[in-house]
Amino acid sequence: MSADRREFLKTGAAVLAALGLSRPGIRPPPDVDPNIRELCQRALDVARSAGAGYADIRVIRRRSQSVSTREHQFVGASDSESFGFGVRVLAQGAWGFAASRELTRDEVTRMAQAAVAQARSNRRAMTRPVVLAPTPPVKDGRWRSPIEIDPFTVPIDDKVALMLRANGEALKVAGARYVSSSMVFVLEDKTFASTDDIFTVQQVYRCLPELTVTAVDPSTGDFQTRYSAEVAPMGLGYEWVRKADFPGRAPLWAEEAVRKLTAKPVEPGRYDLVLEPHHLFLTIHESIAHPTELDRALGYEANYAGTSFCAPPEMMLKQLRYGPDFMQIQCDRSQPGSLSACGWDDDGVAPETYPLIQNGILVDYQTTRDQVEWIRPITGRTRSHGCSYAASWSDVQFQRMPNISLLPGEQDLTAEDLIAATDRGIYITGHGSYSIDQQRYNFQFGGQAFYEIRGGKIAGMLKDVAYQARTIDFWNSMDMLGGKRSYEMNGTFYDGKGQPGQSNAVSHGCVPARFRGVNVLNTGADRG
Amino acid sequence: MADWLSREEAKRLADRVLGYSRAEGCQVNLASGLSGNTRSAVDGVSTSGEVRDTAVTVASRFGKRSASVSTNLLGNAALRRAVETSEQLARLAPENPEQMPLLESQRYAEVPALARATVELDAEARAEAVGVTHGACVRAGLRGAGFIHRSVGATAVANSAGLFAYHSASEVSHTLSVRTPAGDGAGWAGTAHSDWARSRAPAALAERAIARALQSRGAKPLEPGQYTVVLEPTAVANLLGLLAWSLDARAADEGRSFFSRRGGGNRIGEKVVDERVTILSDPAEPELLQGPFTPEGEPIGRTVWIENGVVRNLAYNRFWAGKQGVAPRPQGGGIRMSGTDATLDQLIAQVDRGLLVTRFWYIRSVDPRTITHTGLTRDGVLLIEHGKVARAVQNFRFNESPVTMLRNLVALGAPERVTSSESGGLGGTAMVVPPIVTREFNFTSVSEAV
Repeated sequence: MSADRREFLKTGAAVLAALGLSRPGIRPPPDVDPNIRELCQRALDVARSAGAGYADIRVIRRRSQSVSTREHQFVGASDSESFGFGVRVLAQGAWGFAASRELTRDEVTRMAQAAVAQARSNRRAMTRPVVLAPTPPVKDGRWRSPIEIDPFTVPIDDKVALMLRANGEALKVAGARYVSSSMVFVLEDKTFASTDDIFTVQQVYRCLPELTVTAVDPSTGDFQTRYSAEVAPMGLGYEWVRKADFPGRAPLWAEEAVRKLTAKPVEPGRYDLVLEPHHLFLTIHESIAHPTELDRALGYEANYAGTSFCAPPEMMLKQLRYGPDFMQIQCDRSQPGSLSACGWDDDGVAPETYPLIQNGILVDYQTTRDQVEWIRPITGRTRSHGCSYAASWSDVQFQRMPNISLLPGEQDLTAEDLIAATDRGIYITGHGSYSIDQQRYNFQFGGQAFYEIRGGKIAGMLKDVAYQARTIDFWNSMDMLGGKRSYEMNGTFYDGKGQPGQSNAVSHGCVPARFRGVNVLNTGADRG
Repeated sequence: MADWLSREEAKRLADRVLGYSRAEGCQVNLASGLSGNTRSAVDGVSTSGEVRDTAVTVASRFGKRSASVSTNLLGNAALRRAVETSEQLARLAPENPEQMPLLESQRYAEVPALARATVELDAEARAEAVGVTHGACVRAGLRGAGFIHRSVGATAVANSAGLFAYHSASEVSHTLSVRTPAGDGAGWAGTAHSDWARSRAPAALAERAIARALQSRGAKPLEPGQYTVVLEPTAVANLLGLLAWSLDARAADEGRSFFSRRGGGNRIGEKVVDERVTILSDPAEPELLQGPFTPEGEPIGRTVWIENGVVRNLAYNRFWAGKQGVAPRPQGGGIRMSGTDATLDQLIAQVDRGLLVTRFWYIRSVDPRTITHTGLTRDGVLLIEHGKVARAVQNFRFNESPVTMLRNLVALGAPERVTSSESGGLGGTAMVVPPIVTREFNFTSVSEAV
């Protein structure tokens, strides 16, 4: 991989330019509340004197707002705020965690003591003590998402008006019967302190604007939908919603929904696939990002999210050929506007940008401070990659994926170039239905729109398309990759993992890519 | 305040919030309680947590305009601010022509869902339970990963039209996955109930998951295709839930659902599945014990959705019911499916050649017109030959509809309460379902995942 490609994602300007935005980080860093700082110190002191070898506290105010509409009407608006703190302690090598909504001196004391008592109970039912990797102190860390317009300051009627305008434009298309649209905004105001001399204050914003059009053919009872998959959820403010131009794009989505009604059902078989970034990001998410979570690979998530085919690490690292030589996958929480961007993770670690797959070979996993020791003898690494996150003050932090991206190819190709080079294939846009097994071997993905490719040209629309493959076969069948110009970031707002389930928002950057001879099903015929 | 609001405390808090309201109408929802969890994996307990929280949601309305705000800050100033913000948002919000008037005072079924054993299942008691399951796995030379999730608390709804409803409940789920160290066998068992004392005991749960892990070792691939399957109750619940969520009259009437009648209207009165299938909801059912009201305070009673294979009812929200001239019928109250007294072994004994499925995983919609979903089998698929389990086979991906599953029914067993959520925790629909035998179940590819 050239230095130019490696540096590509590190340069915020390139990413923001690709997003059509230009003014990163124009708002000042967040302030520190002296009362919160004092109560954080109180929690750490109580935990230590109760016998904890390590303690951290997160005080979080999480605000979210959602607004939704359908057709020509407003459906609902809600605004929610949740405030509280969670104290996590390590005592005798066991974790304990207690959280409460009442940030008072008494309650902080009670929770810190409860967390230590819990850790002692847990120690009796465990065999190997937890070891934390060292991390440098952070005296007064401040970080804020690079937003231009705080979405919570935009009047709700402006938001509704924008969505109703988009709905109206969609419904002008003959055959478009229903349309629903919504916006979700999240703000996490987070103060973190730990006994390792770390104190940080961060303000993280995220937004998720969406629209779905449904076209119905009353004569057959058939209906088809088209979702606004090209518009990614982002770690940005209201400027992103405006930039997305829903009213301008809605008719195109509506037309595709209508055309799907009369599209040709796909003939099952093997096809070359040309996949757009707003489709492929989800395949990356499911088949690369999840299997390389270290806790999953070692069995810690076996009861829900599952395990991984990328195990055991000693037989996989620097040995597993995931894909072709030109395949480079990078972990990065510094990309401006990305969903998992932050200054410090929920262990207080500044995240690293590092390769996960290099020249097609698996070279690393995602880690937190308490996981480094698990593979230190194999990797020789002594610090965490900074992948810790908790969904709220009431959830205990654990390993969550950073932004994981497929880097652009050397040649400056676009999706059009990939289509032109394909004799018989299917061009897929937008993410759709998806499902993958608990070890991430076998998957099935649908999409939003499907087009037949014949002789290097689009030959008409298809419907009921889904492809099934084995992860390693699929990635090794990749033979063409778009260049820097075609790089896009997309992402998922609600990635689930853990028990109790926690939601994480994460971006995946990628370029269009071509995959050879993939098994395609018809999901409309004979139940697939 | 104790760990959750008593009826009197809930009423006082709701009245305080309603007292701040200057809107034409106001609704307050309260959720308060203590939730605890303990996870275990390779080394025994991995993480645990205990959380106290009380959340207040205020919905203000002016004519057909409304908006809601929720907060967990309970001081007077914070609550007043929440009410004011909801009023501000409601005034700004456009009219919702489908908004229904606030309900006046209602009567609800008494559902005694707060169990002492669940209340007492604190972090120490959960660690003891992990000691039992982890110890059993270690003795068997296997690796367990488990999750105990417990919640105790209360929900309440009140509004400015005089309605007040309160329900206190406890709920617990315990799931355990067991794997062989070589990664060539996996088993699972789960239990859920409002009462920890009536859920499956940790030792019995471990025994079941360990047995399946050992049975599933050395799985060989079998050709994908259509098979007769014996589905354990959890597997039935995984798919039946998808059918239950489709029981909505409006989606049916608007032509957006399996329950749409071709040419318009819905399929109430039509036979859609085998006549041995009856599916109902009832919050007071002793094995379900669910909340007896909706977030609007609408009473949830007993509803038979499908009786002897015929669609008897679909859910009508108040707006759609008014428009169609029928009585409103909310969803909720869990799901119970009909069954027999037959045991799982008796069902297996009836099958000449087929597959026993422990549970399903990663289920996603493929086609809402037929409720077809895709997903995978997980934690043990066993080949049945001549009425006996013969050997383990590899997991499959399926593309199948719960409607087809119930149309092709061969036999049913004894219903039991299961953990229906894929996450193994609380929060899914409470379900009491039988194991079943069904034919021509559609497996489309093999997954080598264990």
